[in-house]
Order: sequence, then structure tokens, then C-alpha cells
Amino acid sequence: MTVPVRPETDRKIDALLGRYPKKGSALLPALYLVQEEKGHVSDESMEYVAGKIGVSPAFVAGVVSFYTMFHRAPVGRHHIQVCRTLPCALRGADELMRHVQARLGIRDGQTRPDGKFSLVSVECLAACDRAPFIQINDREYGPVDAAAMDDILKGLE
Amino acid sequence: MAFEAVLTRNIRKPGSDGIDSYLASGGYQGLRRILKETAPERLVDEVKNSGLRGRGGAGFPTGMKWGFLPKTKDRPRYLCVNADESEPGTFKDRLLIEKDPHLVLEGIILSAYAIECQLAFFYIRGEFHQGYRTFERAVGEAYAKGFLGKNIQGSGYDLDILIYRGAGAYICGEETALLESLEGKRGYPRIKPPFPAVVGLYGCPTIINNVETLANVTLIAERGAAWFASIGRPPKNTGPKLFCLSGDVKRPGVYEAPLGVPFLELLNEYAGGMAHPDRPLKAAVPGGSSMKILPASKCDVLMDFDSLAAAGTSLGSAGGIVMDSGTCMVAALLNIARFYAHESCGQCTPCREGTGWIVKILSRLERGEGRREDVGLLADIAVKIEGNTICPFGEAIAWPVDSYVKTFRDEFEEHARRGACPMRPATVR
Repeated sequence: MTVPVRPETDRKIDALLGRYPKKGSALLPALYLVQEEKGHVSDESMEYVAGKIGVSPAFVAGVVSFYTMFHRAPVGRHHIQVCRTLPCALRGADELMRHVQARLGIRDGQTRPDGKFSLVSVECLAACDRAPFIQINDREYGPVDAAAMDDILKGLE
Repeated sequence: MAFEAVLTRNIRKPGSDGIDSYLASGGYQGLRRILKETAPERLVDEVKNSGLRGRGGAGFPTGMKWGFLPKTKDRPRYLCVNADESEPGTFKDRLLIEKDPHLVLEGIILSAYAIECQLAFFYIRGEFHQGYRTFERAVGEAYAKGFLGKNIQGSGYDLDILIYRGAGAYICGEETALLESLEGKRGYPRIKPPFPAVVGLYGCPTIINNVETLANVTLIAERGAAWFASIGRPPKNTGPKLFCLSGDVKRPGVYEAPLGVPFLELLNEYAGGMAHPDRPLKAAVPGGSSMKILPASKCDVLMDFDSLAAAGTSLGSAGGIVMDSGTCMVAALLNIARFYAHESCGQCTPCREGTGWIVKILSRLERGEGRREDVGLLADIAVKIEGNTICPFGEAIAWPVDSYVKTFRDEFEEHARRGACPMRPATVR
């Protein structure tokens, strides 16, 4: 079978296999390693991870589709996640979302054609004291109003 | 006696997330003493005597839960820390993990010692990137100082800890879904019994405790069960508690107070009152979005497990969401329903289908296309989900639907009668 990841990622996944009392537990961390390198989890990657763990590709696909943080397709270099759940909604999350959409020229769930930004509304990020709250890749921002959002985007353009 | 904040005593200190700061403020002394002087079963008794009840949502007595482990030791035992904080309106565990990880870690080590386990898992929600980095560093520091690993502090007790990142699924905060996820599967809750204390992770006896619960174990080890049991509203609602306030308040945040603090004191004194002085309190959810809503007229309640149960709702995860007079309750419930429809794992039909229909009906009511019978239909669907699912997720959607509709029935009916939302412009649309 072809190995779709770099040798060091492959080695890291091998190391995971012995880390837990049962090998199956290595699945989520292995998927994270693949996604870290490739930006998303492709069919080919799923087949490869399935072979490593010793489960079927269909089983891996079932797991990948269950969790929102695994991307089946590439996302933007800056993946903007805007919380939309009630505590953020009470403090202006909807207006913020409309503003970002207008600003980037893309809608919820889309990636800008240049691949720089993708935008998605997400459920509660457990930072309701900083509402409205957003995450861009692994960075956190809040509270974010339209002006603060413009500053953040300017820094990333 | 004035209340002394203990869970949050370190969070404002510079470098509060590092072990040096933690040791300088007396950290790990409770652990050292317990390992030297106290047998595991005595520590279990101490936690039982403290009256500590789980801080994750269900409020089950922690010591009693530990007591459900089988006496035989033919299989490994595991401690799983539930750091999958996801209930809307709840952000207290995040604070502890990011600002005082060693308070949590000391509690984990103590609890693992009490239940005689050698491997603990810290299951942290995937979105907590900062929390993950902070906690991973804290674990490294604890290994380096001999608080984890082989022969901890010369006691002969061994413990390892593995940090495991979730990947974005609310349901994995449900304890058996968490175990499935840890085993590398979809987070489908398991049928209970058997309870995890008997058949848990990898089929072995397992205890699952919330982050704040374990931080409290550190305090009990440090100051004793009698001290803990004197705080709050003894005998059944003891100890300090972290309360989250969000929504239409002036200062959203995490506030530490004794269990049983009046809700209005939290709102008006801790959180500075309402955000907009011209828009008074309309309603509040005391315990995270899945708990029943209280109209302003019923918000004069004490924030503890039994007082809130008597008031017809629950303390839950103590995630208080405050809504002012500008809030449309149909839109607020639609927002919550959309959350549960998105997060339903899909295993049980009443929940999978019911949440979808609730969203459809609420959407048409809010759009002005609702029918008169929709209001009754919503309540009917809620009743049919409740009690008919494998896990409490069913209640988590049924309770808000049932209570919003009952409490604000006129507002729901007006949406249907007028063919429009009467609240526009509302703050939640």
C-alpha cells in the first residue's frame, strides 16, 4: 500500500500504536497527525490509517464523519470558525457572521477561491464570557466586534 | 464567615499555569501528605464525608461513585477525566485547565490513588487548543518533579496519564460516549447498566469525573472533609462552586461562590447586573442550555442541586445564560434546538428525528409561517423524546422545549397568530 504521508508522520503514527492499552485508541490521534500534515483527511489517507490500526476503511470513514474537526476536503489556510450558539448569539454573533461574509465575499461553509480563508459557523466553543467568540485555526479571539474582526483579517491578508 | 475563594485562588497570579508558581503557593503538599499517611480507602471515605457531588452536570456524589468499583483487582482500573466541556453557557473547566492546571492535576493524582488505578486519561475537547498546550506542559512538569510516573514522591505508587484530544462532538461529554471516543470510535453512548465503574474503558472498571470535581478533591485533601462540608448548604450541597454567567449581563464570566448562592446575587453583584439598563431580565437558564428555563419572576432561587430541583430545573453544569426583555423566546429556543439537532449522535430515533422536527417547526414559527397547532406539537414531541433514548441527550432537548413553551406559551402562540415574530428587532433572530 502506498504511504500518503511523510516518513516522519508515518513514524509518529507507528509510535502511537503502542501508546494505548488497545491499538484502536490511536485512531483519533493518527487522524490528527494526517490532517496536520495534509490539511484534510482524504480517502487515500483513511485507507492508509485503517491499515495502520487494523480496521476497515469504512470504519475510519465512519469515525471521520462523526467528528466536526476532521476535514474531508481542504479548508482555507485561515479557517475561521464563528460560534453561533445562544450565549454568543445574544451578544451579536449573527451580525458578526454577516459582517465576515460580506468582508470575505464568501458564505458560511465556503472557502475563498484563493484558498486563503474558509468560513464556518460552529456550535458553542465554551468561551461564552468572551462572546462573540471565534477561532482561526488554533487561535482564539473574543469578544470580537466588526472593527476587531477587520483588524484580525487585515493582519492575515 | 466570609467565603474564601479557593478554586480560583491562583488564577490571577502571574505564571499561574506553571508548576513553580503552584508549588510556591503550597501546591502538591496535600498529595505528599496523603501518599505518606493515608491509605487509599481512607481518602475515599474523606471524599464521601465531604459531601462532594459531581460538578459535570448530574451532581452524583463522587465518593459513592468511586465506591461502585468492584472489590476484585483482576483487571486494570482507569480514571478518565472529562474535560470535554461543551454544554452551551459553560466555560469553567476551561478556566481551571488554562489558568491552574496543577490544581486539576493534583486532584487527578489523588483520585487515581484513591481508586487504586495506574493509568489516567485526560479527555479534552478538540477545540481547546490553548488548554491542551497548557495541560500537556503541566503534565511534563509533574513528571519532571516526580508527581507522576514510577514511585511518586517515594511512595511506591505509580501513575501515568495520557492526554486524549476529542475532535468536535458535544455528545462525547456523555460519559459512555467519551469512553467510545477514547477507544477510537464514533461517540455513541452505551446502554447502562453495566455502568462504567464495572464495565468501562476497554471493558475494565472505570471512573469518569469532571475537571472541577477533581480540583475539589485537591482542596479536600489539603483542608479536610469537615472544612469542605461546612461550605455551602450542608449536608447535601457542600463546597465551593464555579458559576458561569453569560448572555445579557454586564460582566460575563466565571465566578466562585459557595453552593447555594442566590442567583440574583450572582447576577447583580458578581456579574454587575444586566448589560442594558433599559432592558430588564426576562428569563434565565441556571445550569447550561439543556436545563429548564426560569422566567424572571422565578429567578429568586438558590444555586444548588436541591434548591434548583425544587424550583423545577437543575444546577446542571452551572452555566447560567441570562436573557433580557429584547430576547425572542422562539428564536432563543430555535438556536438551542439547532444546537441539539446538530449534535445528536443519531443513534436513537426519537432524538435524531425529534430534534430535526423541532428545528423545522420553530423555524416556520419564527419565519411567520407557523400554524396554531405547532405550539402544542412542539410540547408533544418533547414529551415523546424524554425518557426514550439511550442517554440523557434526549432530556437535554426535551427540557428546554417543554419549559420554553410552557413558560412563554403566549409568545409562541402570538408568533402563529400574527404570522410574524412580534419581537423584531429581537436580540436573537
